[in-house]
Amino acid sequence: MAADRRVVLDVEGLRMRYGATDVLHDVTFQAHHGEVLALLGPNGAGKSTTIEILEGFRMRSAGRVEVLGTDPAHGGEEWRARLGVVLQSWRDHGKWRVRELLAHLGSYYTCYSTDAIPRPWDTDDLVRTVGLAEHADKKIRMLSGGQRRRLDVAIAIVGRPEVLFLDEPTTGFDPEARREFHDLVRRLADELETTVLLTTHDLDEAEKLADRIVILSQGRIVADGTAVELSRRIAGEDHVRWTRDGQRFTHSTAESTEFVHNLFKQHGAEIRELEVHRASLEDTYMALVRRAESGQDSATESTWKEATR
Amino acid sequence: MTPTTVAAWAGWRRGLIELRQSFTNGQDLFGHLFWPAAMLATIYFVGDTALDAGGLLLGTMLLPSILGMNVAFNGLLTMSQLLAVEREDGTLLRAKATPNGMLGYLVGKVVTVSGTLIAGVAIVLIPGLFLVDGLALGSLSAWLTLAWVVLLGTVASLPLGAVLGSLCSSPRSLGLIMFPIMGLAAISGIFYPITSMPEWLQWIAQAFPLYWLGLGMRSALLPDAAVAIEIGESWRHLETLGVLGAWTVFGLVVAPIVLRRMARRESGSSVAERRHKALQRIA
Repeated sequence: MAADRRVVLDVEGLRMRYGATDVLHDVTFQAHHGEVLALLGPNGAGKSTTIEILEGFRMRSAGRVEVLGTDPAHGGEEWRARLGVVLQSWRDHGKWRVRELLAHLGSYYTCYSTDAIPRPWDTDDLVRTVGLAEHADKKIRMLSGGQRRRLDVAIAIVGRPEVLFLDEPTTGFDPEARREFHDLVRRLADELETTVLLTTHDLDEAEKLADRIVILSQGRIVADGTAVELSRRIAGEDHVRWTRDGQRFTHSTAESTEFVHNLFKQHGAEIRELEVHRASLEDTYMALVRRAESGQDSATESTWKEATR
Repeated sequence: MTPTTVAAWAGWRRGLIELRQSFTNGQDLFGHLFWPAAMLATIYFVGDTALDAGGLLLGTMLLPSILGMNVAFNGLLTMSQLLAVEREDGTLLRAKATPNGMLGYLVGKVVTVSGTLIAGVAIVLIPGLFLVDGLALGSLSAWLTLAWVVLLGTVASLPLGAVLGSLCSSPRSLGLIMFPIMGLAAISGIFYPITSMPEWLQWIAQAFPLYWLGLGMRSALLPDAAVAIEIGESWRHLETLGVLGAWTVFGLVVAPIVLRRMARRESGSSVAERRHKALQRIA
């Protein structure tokens, strides 16, 4: 994570209402410069609505939202030039060739170039960066799903954005394409200090990519922290298994190391087949989502807020 | 250069690139050539039928009328079709995500559609000159009239096409507007002199741009004697300017409002939703 702690995304008390139903309740989170933040949650949790409000494509009902210090509802073209957006499904520009489209879309950014950030990204360099050098002269409709997605990222970063929004970026990817994609996003965050907000329902992806994870369930934030913090603080219970005198034992504890230490002090060599299972993020996630869905959400929220303070 | 000029230039280049793409791929090329070929064939086969006045042949009257109709159809349908399709596939949203992208997109569309439209006129007119007898294109004023009618027809029909394309929920529902437009073509004196229609139908036809485009084109391409088949036996250039001008103003006022409203509603999930609906229809 970058040392610079500027707040790039600032969301406070965000609410969204369609007719009589609230799809977002009091959503509050922040992302700092150069940070990768994952908005994790099951389908219908309000992830896409949140990201669309931040992109300036959707009007919110209430709350305060700032992206790069600007309210997206009133963001001008200069603000727009500092953002990159990758949506869930894009099938546009099928007749264009890869290099041709990147050069064209890049030309809109020339007047937003600064000394610190020269815009746009050089087309050939960009094509190489996203791994499409061999396909640069292909028609876009001839690209495979993974190539198409990398092109979408290339288009999103052609203006060297300071903030990059990725909505469900790897849906339908094979494992190799997914890994390459993750490397690309990490590189953008680490080398170019791009702040990244991505939505995903894939826990594994959030854990691999994100510096911090915000879990959204039924329009509420039920957890916010690093992957390690989340698994430690919420579920908090590791499982210890062992056998003694041919008998099986299991014990759940937050302090597994200390527990095992005491176990050996007490029984020494009698302990066999020792296993310690760390509380996994998956357990945490499932527990949180299940609790939120069974209507105990407000309780979870307050417990969690206490825990993170 | 200011950001707006940058985007306008980008739009101009975009229009040229898309024109080139459209005229270098088989499927589009077929679309550009099929109707003109069918119309020229019709003109060729029925062309020798004599109309009442002064030995004017049906084919001679058909060629300019069809040219006028093509201008209106290209402007209206190509524009609305492209908008509806590109809203569905996310092109519009892409423009929205690009700084000044919407301006570039619109300039690009105007260039593409105008180019298609002018090419459409040439595709019918050039072979038509060899197929059809009795045209009067010898004078400069004939070509000048042709030019201003095509130009005015373009600026009148493009904004209307943009309005239609923005209001339609999908490219498929656009098919429905073909029926009234075809009906309008039938009563607008395109395929037969309007003076042979009942008077109330003539009034309806004169409210829309289609009739005036046909009339303007006939005034450019036909000899003076052919005016005998027109209402009031006059080419009515002032009235043509008035009606097409009024539609232009209407379109230019309404189109930005409707386009802005449509663009505001575009978001990732609305594109995803339409894609989902489109896939369901196939399944």
